[in-house]
Amino acid sequence: MTKQEALFEFLLRKADDSLILGHRLSEWCGHGPILEEDIALTNISLDLIGQATELYKYAAEVEDKGRTEDDLAFLRIEREYKNVLLVEQLNGDFGKTIVRQFFFDHFEHLLYEGLMNSKDERISAIATKTIKEVKYHLRHSSEWIIRLGDGTEESHDRVQASVKDLSRFINELFYQDEVEEILIKEGIIPDVKEFRVAFENNIEKILEEATLKLPEEKWQLTGGRKGVHSEHLGYLLAELQYMQRTYPGMEW
Amino acid sequence: MEKDNLEALDKNFQDKVDREIKIEPKDYMPDAYRKTLIRQISQHAHSEIVGQLPEANWVTRAPNLRRKAVLLAKIQDEAGHGLYLYSAVETLGADREDTIDDLHSGKAKYSSIFNYPTLTWADMGMVGWLVDGAAIMNQVPLCRCSYGPYARAMVRVCKEESFHQRQGFEIVTQLARGTQVQKEMAQESLNRWWWPSLMMFGPNDAESTHTAQSMAWKIKRNTNDELRQMFVDATVPQAELIGLKIPDKDLKFNEETGHYDFGEIDWDEFWQVVKGYGPCNDERVAARKKAKEDGMWVREAANVYAEKRARRNKKVS
Repeated sequence: MTKQEALFEFLLRKADDSLILGHRLSEWCGHGPILEEDIALTNISLDLIGQATELYKYAAEVEDKGRTEDDLAFLRIEREYKNVLLVEQLNGDFGKTIVRQFFFDHFEHLLYEGLMNSKDERISAIATKTIKEVKYHLRHSSEWIIRLGDGTEESHDRVQASVKDLSRFINELFYQDEVEEILIKEGIIPDVKEFRVAFENNIEKILEEATLKLPEEKWQLTGGRKGVHSEHLGYLLAELQYMQRTYPGMEW
Repeated sequence: MEKDNLEALDKNFQDKVDREIKIEPKDYMPDAYRKTLIRQISQHAHSEIVGQLPEANWVTRAPNLRRKAVLLAKIQDEAGHGLYLYSAVETLGADREDTIDDLHSGKAKYSSIFNYPTLTWADMGMVGWLVDGAAIMNQVPLCRCSYGPYARAMVRVCKEESFHQRQGFEIVTQLARGTQVQKEMAQESLNRWWWPSLMMFGPNDAESTHTAQSMAWKIKRNTNDELRQMFVDATVPQAELIGLKIPDKDLKFNEETGHYDFGEIDWDEFWQVVKGYGPCNDERVAARKKAKEDGMWVREAANVYAEKRARRNKKVS
């Protein structure tokens, strides 16, 4: 694998994470539990779609095969999407959406801090812009974890169940293969293994304040980075791609 | 004595209105003025919130990244408008949640236009171009409304609505310049949205129960028919520019008046939708009720947590 191929693959992985999670959050639009949260969730969705756009643009340039950011976002088949499984999980109740966001935000925060120092100027510029958004997302999801965890008995039980359900996708956030190994050597991306402990400390501190616990059993699922997804992704893509598939080659 | 006093207050109030002095929340205002404003502003707020739904229907199917982001940003603006309008209602002593309950029970109305379904992507263009375009016609005069908080909220709302109208027109223009399939999609959508958009201005002046009083109070500055005419005059040349046909066989420019003459609105359809029997009335209210019910545990948790925190802070200090 060349450095260029590795860079393309990495950008695709991260762009897909942002697009798919942004899409999921956009499903909340008009249905939030309170007007302020309707606005907050669509705002985060908007940030994520903006990040995805920047990453796809750069990926398209790196690939240099004449594809655009929209071709990459809308015209691949299911096995070609490389997002982690966590982001494609169904919204569930508001608490589940928040738990999904909470795990993701804490990972993104550490990753993008590292990416700000990337030797690749474009990635470092994207990271510098993105980190500001991620800090806000992180504060939003962490505060809600505490509120829901330490709120009523019902909210505690609901959000605890979601923590249990979604924690099996945490490990995959730290997935690395040849792609990352090449880019770490080149100084383009940080080695996420180095901040695994920080990640766990950060989330456990907040979970403790929220009177919540990560489950004892450590069964973990992976596959997303290789394009092997859950059953949920196909339906998401059917909606996402509807216009591009139904009316091929048209400008909108 | 008391009656004389009230008369003096009412006279003083009307005098301020006549001299274009804004009425502020703590100023004296007649009960009927307050009630009219609560009704109008809360229904306006509900329209923004219910109005999210027909557009949210296409967010997950937007055709490219840019359109998806713009559509999301636009819907977020609408939710923001709802937020400041509910705040404006609260300055009149009404409770936001009570007004929302009135929406859910069917007591409070919202703009009937949102009871029409969004069936194709072209509808996202029509909602921006026609629906937001009609809303601007209604709302620009409200920036000069006699009630200060409402007038000020409308200044910001109108700025954003004018962006929305342009993005809608941009979507439609792109379709009108596109392939045959896209042109047909745009025309078919215009055929469905044109008449409901004209209905957004309400009944004819002769039938409008609130207009005269609202105009005397300077809540309203133009009659329904005046605003409708302004909308037709502004919109017909835009349709011509991009080669779409307004679905009205009676539409014709009148050299004498300098305005477009247009056909008769189907008032049976208008009243049917107002009374709750439009294509999506039930679905829209059900979606809002469901959001409130599903979110109940979240709001309860937030309240309980806030109380716990307040107690803990008290102990510490």
